[in-house]
Amino acid sequence: MKSARFLVNTLVYTILVVSLVAFITPFLLIIINSFKTNAEIIESPLAWPTTFNFSNFAASMKEMNYFQSFLNSLGITLGSVVLIGVFAAMTAHYFVRNKTKTNGALFFAMVASMIIPFQAIMIPLVSLYGAKLGWIQTMPKSTLIFMYLGFGSPLAVFIYHGFVKSIPLELEEAAFMDGCDRRGTFFRIILPILMPTTVTIGILNILWIWNDFLLPLLVLQNAGRGSYTLPLAIQVFKGTYTTDNEKFLPAVLLVILPILIVYLFAQRFIIQGVTQGSVK
Amino acid sequence: MIAEKNHMRRLGNQVFFTGPTVLVFTAVIVIPFLYGIYLTFFAWDGVSSTMPFVGGSNYVEVMQDSKFWSSVWLTVKYVLATVILINGVAFLLAYLVTNGIKGENFFRAAYFTPNLIGGLVLGFIWQFMFNNLFTAIGEHTGLGLFSKTWLGDEKLAFWALVIVTVWQYAGYMMVIFIAGLMSLPRDVMEAAKIDGANGWKRLSRMVLPLMVPSFIVTIFLSLQRGFMVYDVNYGLTGGGPFGSTVMASMFVYDKAFIRFDYGAGQAQAFVLFLLAAMITITQVYIGKRMEVEA
Repeated sequence: MKSARFLVNTLVYTILVVSLVAFITPFLLIIINSFKTNAEIIESPLAWPTTFNFSNFAASMKEMNYFQSFLNSLGITLGSVVLIGVFAAMTAHYFVRNKTKTNGALFFAMVASMIIPFQAIMIPLVSLYGAKLGWIQTMPKSTLIFMYLGFGSPLAVFIYHGFVKSIPLELEEAAFMDGCDRRGTFFRIILPILMPTTVTIGILNILWIWNDFLLPLLVLQNAGRGSYTLPLAIQVFKGTYTTDNEKFLPAVLLVILPILIVYLFAQRFIIQGVTQGSVK
Repeated sequence: MIAEKNHMRRLGNQVFFTGPTVLVFTAVIVIPFLYGIYLTFFAWDGVSSTMPFVGGSNYVEVMQDSKFWSSVWLTVKYVLATVILINGVAFLLAYLVTNGIKGENFFRAAYFTPNLIGGLVLGFIWQFMFNNLFTAIGEHTGLGLFSKTWLGDEKLAFWALVIVTVWQYAGYMMVIFIAGLMSLPRDVMEAAKIDGANGWKRLSRMVLPLMVPSFIVTIFLSLQRGFMVYDVNYGLTGGGPFGSTVMASMFVYDKAFIRFDYGAGQAQAFVLFLLAAMITITQVYIGKRMEVEA
């Protein structure tokens, strides 16, 4: 009986370790090859670098306008996430506490809209905000944040809605008795209570918006490189990278590094956030 | 319910609390969706000020466009392969890391890592893998499968896309399965163990049926993402070699934004949406009927 248990355990560990290798090898290879020269990469992609070529990184940074792109990604992501968090919480709270027909219909419309994939509306979106209104040309970054708010709100409202329902109404009534008005109650009492949910929604949105490619491509593409986010900026290497891995691989590493560092520190919250977000 | 007596006050709060999201939701999703349907009845290059009405001819064109349908067919094959593999791998991993072995959290964290990175960059990373690592393996071992880069071969490039997608999403779906496995009723599982059900029986007769709700979610997500895949496709193969891996989403993008045929592109996008919606709704419906109570 004991040996059977041992056998099973060995098998389990073997599968887990083999999967582990499969899951992290690509990252390790990118890291070690980032420091090599093209010749070294071609000769043996698995070998440890003989010299550490930090100049690769400087060259990549310059070519992809790294700092500017990083700041753009940061600003757009944080701006969108904060707006989604606050506005969606307000809306969900109001929907739960005021069950009118209008609110019910609005909530239903938001939930139903989640089945519409982005590709089904990208063409009209570009026509409306580009050709018709001209927002894409005049204020690309704000337009992008505006769009993220629109695409991010339904899920956020849905998740908040589920959570607000579990907050006892007595809490708000007590605040009313004490002379707090509706807005005060929300900002002083409800919003702090919603904090764990806000973290979940924040994580889901950060992962998506930070890495998004198609929407920034459509909105920022013509605005020039000064407005690019990281996924757009790395495209300058497309077409040349098959030969010039020396610049391309450091660029890939530089793009994935910020989120890998965040993950290292906030790993537990991120996995928890994704779990809660997907189960609802 | 707390309701204001004063109507103006009430309206003010409604606007204050729900105004911003409702406005933006309408502007970014509702209006473009409706305008999109309207667009499908016109011929438009996206630039010119004239937009001639063409009735249903965009749809006729979609139906007759064999290239569009072969991209859809390719997408269907891709969706089938990825949904099965993602869910299989994800469930296996979730099952193994919830059995109380050492280092569970470490394994979970590692398997999740690909989801931190966007599809485009994942595509780039794997392009390097296929072009350099795989060919290096081929050189050292002499295996025919690795003799040249997969991305240059029409059939293998498709499987390269499948592999990257499975690698990308398995960790994400694993997280959902873990949540499901953790909420299985412990007493029922214990009872089965005492009654002498072996590991395999417990898995096939109890765990899997009880996990149907999790499978509904993961299959729904993998179906939807599979049908709409763009960034991995663009980053890894760019549609090549020789246009053999242009999936539906890329086809639609090119139609509208490269060949400037907005009306027909939107008609294709709409047909694709209907197809995907039909399949995902059917899946959820069938899944719900398979649900059992513990």
